[in-house]
Amino acid sequence: MSEVIVVTSGKGGVGKTTTTANLGTGLAALDHKVALIDADIGLRNLDVLLGLENRIVYDLTDVTGGHCRLRQALIKDKRFEGLFLLPAAQTKDKTAVNPEQMKKLCADLVQEFEYVIIDCPAGIEQGFRNAIAGAEKAIVVTTPEVAAVRDADRVVGLLEAAELRNPTLVINRLRPKMVRHGDMMSIEDIIDILAIELLGVVPEDEMVVISTNRGDAVVQDERSRSGQAYRNIVRRMKGETVPMMNLDQNGFVGRLRRIIGFK
Amino acid sequence: MFDFLLKIFGRETGGSKNVAKERLRLVLVHDRAGVSPELLEILKTELIKVISHYMDIDEQALEVNLETSDNQVALVASIPVRGMKRLNGGLASSI
Repeated sequence: MSEVIVVTSGKGGVGKTTTTANLGTGLAALDHKVALIDADIGLRNLDVLLGLENRIVYDLTDVTGGHCRLRQALIKDKRFEGLFLLPAAQTKDKTAVNPEQMKKLCADLVQEFEYVIIDCPAGIEQGFRNAIAGAEKAIVVTTPEVAAVRDADRVVGLLEAAELRNPTLVINRLRPKMVRHGDMMSIEDIIDILAIELLGVVPEDEMVVISTNRGDAVVQDERSRSGQAYRNIVRRMKGETVPMMNLDQNGFVGRLRRIIGFK
Repeated sequence: MFDFLLKIFGRETGGSKNVAKERLRLVLVHDRAGVSPELLEILKTELIKVISHYMDIDEQALEVNLETSDNQVALVASIPVRGMKRLNGGLASSI
């Protein structure tokens, strides 16, 4: 059984591409066959996050335009056997692809892959419509900020209008210390407002920047908090029940809780 | 208990997240209903026009807002009435 999942957010810079790279890598690390599609035509980035930028020969528009076969355009990941990337075109714009072509592309990919994950561009224009066209599930990424949550709400509405019901939510870059001090919206606050199912929470973590610098996915880093968060999300995507990480454990209150015996 | 400890050891600043939540809530009411402040202004003008046929209202104090509760949005209007108009000659001719 295959799944076609779009990772979207409305607002830019909240971590769609980072999420896509980590979920894809995480699933591949568990021996799944995964294809990642960079649907951000004109602003390709997923290749860089995966460290595959030097291997690109063909891109998404070459496939949809019939200039090459799908198999030729798929780039094999350098670490995991089952992970492949279909890069976006860098020199074209969003109109180079249409929703029908994306549907066909996704239908072709599910023949061979268990998970097809589409990295959606920011915005709600044609690039968004292309990215969601072939998807049957959606993951909405947001950060605990007014603008990001507002845009996430808008996107949830648009996804539902496009018959992509019950999207799940990833809250990215949460800073537990600020939440404790009442200076950042909490997980509960955001869920309360968006009223969609929570898939996972990724804490703000310097390791994300460090991994990205190297072209690695932080999900491979056994020791990092964000890596753990992504591994939890991956297991939830597979249908496992994984309790939410205790994000407080590094803070003072968290340590105190452990000392007095609260988990 | 934890709240108490938080107060002692934490910084416990003003809690700007409540401001964030409130602003978000307000902006989403309009987003979800697909209603812009301009549209609300036009609606208000039209309302005044229609109601003025029947009642003498205080246009300055009139308030029209979209409010939300339990994922439902309601149009709530507060319209102070100064007095009723006499409908001599029937409704049709006065409108």
